[in-house]
Amino acid sequence: MSAMTMDGDFGTKKPVDRNTHSKPGAEVAAEPAKETKMEKTATLPAPVAGTPFGEKLTAFGRAILPPTLGMLILLCLWYVATMKGGSIPGPAQTWEAAKVLFADPFYRNGPNDQGIGWNILSSLQRVGIGFGFAAVVGIPLGFILGRSKFLADMVNPIISLLRPVSPLAWLPIGLLVFKKADPAATYTIFICSIWPMIMNTAQGVQRVPQDYLNVARVLALSEWKVVTKILFPAVLPYILTGIRLSIGTAWLVIVAAEMLTGGVGIGFWVWDEWNNLKVEHIIIAIFVIGIVGLILEQSLILLAKRLTKESS
Amino acid sequence: MEKFVQIEHVGQTFDTKKGKFVALRDIDLTIKKGEFIALIGHSGCGKSTLLNLIAGLTLPTTGVLLLEDREIGGPGPERAVVFQNHSLLPWLTCFENVYLAVERVFGAKEGKAKLKERTAAAINLVGLDHASAKYPHEISGGMKQRVGIARALSMEPKVLLMDEPFGALDALTRAKLQDELMKICEATKATTVMVTHDVDEAVLLSDRIVMMTNGPAATIGEILEVNLPRPRQRLTLAHDPAYIDYRAAVLEFLYEKQAHVEKIAA
Repeated sequence: MSAMTMDGDFGTKKPVDRNTHSKPGAEVAAEPAKETKMEKTATLPAPVAGTPFGEKLTAFGRAILPPTLGMLILLCLWYVATMKGGSIPGPAQTWEAAKVLFADPFYRNGPNDQGIGWNILSSLQRVGIGFGFAAVVGIPLGFILGRSKFLADMVNPIISLLRPVSPLAWLPIGLLVFKKADPAATYTIFICSIWPMIMNTAQGVQRVPQDYLNVARVLALSEWKVVTKILFPAVLPYILTGIRLSIGTAWLVIVAAEMLTGGVGIGFWVWDEWNNLKVEHIIIAIFVIGIVGLILEQSLILLAKRLTKESS
Repeated sequence: MEKFVQIEHVGQTFDTKKGKFVALRDIDLTIKKGEFIALIGHSGCGKSTLLNLIAGLTLPTTGVLLLEDREIGGPGPERAVVFQNHSLLPWLTCFENVYLAVERVFGAKEGKAKLKERTAAAINLVGLDHASAKYPHEISGGMKQRVGIARALSMEPKVLLMDEPFGALDALTRAKLQDELMKICEATKATTVMVTHDVDEAVLLSDRIVMMTNGPAATIGEILEVNLPRPRQRLTLAHDPAYIDYRAAVLEFLYEKQAHVEKIAA
C-alpha cells in the first residue's frame, strides 16, 4: 500500500522500494532475527574482507554523487551564461546578496519592507489556512462521494468543469466576496487544494478491497465501525497522496496570488524586488521558493511513510 | 434429523456486458445441523457463488435459502465466512482482527474482559497464542488462514462457511490445518460448508460431498455420502478400501463425467 502512495516520487524512489521489498514478505518476515544473527557470525571472523563498509560507501556515493553533479553543472551553466555581465547576476553576486539578506531575515520597516523570513512565514501561513480548510471540507466530501455512486455521478461533472480552471481566475471572486486581499489569497489556495483531496479520497474509498468490505458485511458492522476500522485505514494512503499533491499546487499558486494581491509574502516580495530592479533577490527568491516547496513535499512523504508503516 | 439449512430451487443469473450469464440453476440441498458439507467441482462451476448465496453476500435470482426456517436475506455473523485469501485487516493485529468480530457479536451483552477472554480462547483454539500481538504481514500464510478461522469461530456461528480456505497453502501446512479443523469441528459441532477442489480434503473432512456440474448453468451433479467413522486419521484412511472407493467416486465424477473443463475455464 505504501508503494502506491509513493507513485511519482523522484528522489526517494529507491529507498522506498528497498523498504517495501523487505516488508510485505510474510514468510520472510518471520525470521529476520535469524538472518541478522547469521550475518553477524559471518562477518565477525573475516573483517579483512571489509566489503560491507566499501559497499556502503559506494551505495552512499551512488545516492549522493548524481544530484551533487547535477547541481554543480547547473551552477556552471549559470556562471558561464552570466560571465559576460548583462542584466542577470551570476552565482557569486547572488551569493553575496543572499548573505546580506539572510543576515537579518526578520526585520520590519513598515508594512512594505520586511525581512525575507517574514515574507516566507506569511506565505506559509496563507497556504496552511487555505490548505487546512480544504482538508476539512475535501476529505469528508471525498468519503461521501466515494460511498455514494449517485452523489458521485451528480458532483463529478461539476468537479470536472471547475478543476481545470486556474485558481487565479477565482481571485477576483475572492476579492469581491472577502473585500480584502489576504483572505482572497487564502481562498485561492483553498480552491486549488480541494480538488486533489476530494478526488483522491473518493478514489481511495472506491478502491477499498472488496474482501475488507465483505468482512464488514459478514460481521454486519455498524457504519461507524466500517468507517473507523476499515474505510479510514484503507483510504489513508490515498488521502495522504491527495494532501501531497495539493500542497505542491498550493505552493505554486500562492506565489502568483501574492503577486496580484500584494501585502506581505514571498510572491509579493518577488514582485517588489522586480520593481526595485534587484534581480539577485529575485533569483534568491526562486531558490527559496524551490527549497520550501521541496521541504513541504518531502516532509509529507515522510509523514505518509510513517503513518502507512504503522497501519499496514 | 432436522433441516437446518434449506436451499430450494435456487438459481443465480448475473448481468454481464454480453448479456445474462446463468451461473447456477435448480440447486436443491438440505443441510443437517452439525453436518460437514464439501462443495467440489471444477473451477468456474459456481461453488463459490453457492457459498456466497448461503452467506447472503449475494441474493439468488430465483428460489430461496432458509436457515432454521428463516429466509437468508443478507450477510450476518450467524453465518461466518472464512475467505479464500484470509481477508484479515492489515492495520489490526491478529488479536484485534478477532476482537472486532467478537465485539460485534457479543459486545452488547458482555463486558470487555469477557470479550477479550473469548478472543484469546479463539486464538488459542487455532494454536496461535504466540502470534496474537502480531500484524498479519508478520506471520505466514498458514497462520493468517488460522486467524481467519479463529475470527469465524469466535462468533459462534450457526453455520461456518469456508471458501477454499486452504487453497493457497502448501501441502504440509494444508494437511496440518485440515487435521486441526477436524478436531475443532468435532469439539464445537459446527455445521460447516466448505468449497474445495481438493478430492482428498473433501473425502477426509466431509459427511457429504456435493459434486457440481460444470458451468455455465451449473447445478448439483451428485451427492456422495461419506460414511467413514470419526475421528478420522489421514494415515490409516490412506489404506482404507472404503476411503479409496469414495476418492475414486469423486475423481470419476470430476474427470469422466465432467471432463471437458479446459474449454469452459478458458
